[in-house]
Amino acid sequence: MKAAFFLLLALASPTLADMPKAALADTQLADPKLEAEASALMHRLRCLVCQGQSIADSDADMAGDMRALVREKIQAGETPDEVRAWLIQRYGNWVSFDPPLDRSTWPLWAAPALLLLAGIWLARGRFRRRR
Amino acid sequence: MKRAIIWAPLLVFAIFVAMFAFGLNRSPEQVISSRLVGQKLPDFALPGALPGQPGLASADLAKGKPRLLNIFASWCVPCVAEAPQLMALKQAGVQIDAIAIRDRPEDVANFLKRWGNPYARIGGDKQSRVQIALGSSGVPESFIIDGRGVIRHQHIGDIRPEDVPAIIAALEAAR
Repeated sequence: MKAAFFLLLALASPTLADMPKAALADTQLADPKLEAEASALMHRLRCLVCQGQSIADSDADMAGDMRALVREKIQAGETPDEVRAWLIQRYGNWVSFDPPLDRSTWPLWAAPALLLLAGIWLARGRFRRRR
Repeated sequence: MKRAIIWAPLLVFAIFVAMFAFGLNRSPEQVISSRLVGQKLPDFALPGALPGQPGLASADLAKGKPRLLNIFASWCVPCVAEAPQLMALKQAGVQIDAIAIRDRPEDVANFLKRWGNPYARIGGDKQSRVQIALGSSGVPESFIIDGRGVIRHQHIGDIRPEDVPAIIAALEAAR
């Protein structure tokens, strides 16, 4: 029974055949301030393989490599915005969870305001009648 | 007017149901193509993926003739599926270089022994560094690089037999 359990565990382990991870994939930077910057950025970047997750949350190998890349660039003195721009230049805005205001995304910001105005306009008649 | 407006909430509800039905049935997976198509290949220099073999640098891909740059890995199953097509392209005279992602030399050697080696040079990219610099989001992917080192085309996923003519045509167009 116990042996079967360990066999199952061994079979279930995805890391058996994997390469060792990049040095900075799961290791924090020594400087807590830089690590905080890198970590905040990693939570705003989308994993390319498991697309709903950020690279900070994802266990995918490629996400690990992206984390290592982000940490290395931050450690080398790049700002989080520069690193983010570098990735957007390659993968498009899709790679960031923080879409910029542009021609295709403006309804995201405008819709709530427009809906509120429409609501006020609809409610207007009601209030007037009550008076 | 009053009569008609009574139906408005139901109409709005129906619109929402239609939107949800559409959204829930759509695959959330997106194909992320590289934004670097049409631009110069980023500079890189990778060590050889096989011991004693030459590596791959961006300069090797700007030598006057269009080349196919294949991103693969020995642990990647669709890479096995595209191996015969790469061999066929090599037979057709296409120059193919490769970048092996997150791979060990012995695994790459086994893979090539088993499925054939269509590659002129293979660079080893142990931490996906060059893959990310290229804007590639998985394996296998293939880039067509023209003679001046400009990325002209990106093929995402394995090259199927029916894709081969288009790849050859794209290589011709990159001349």
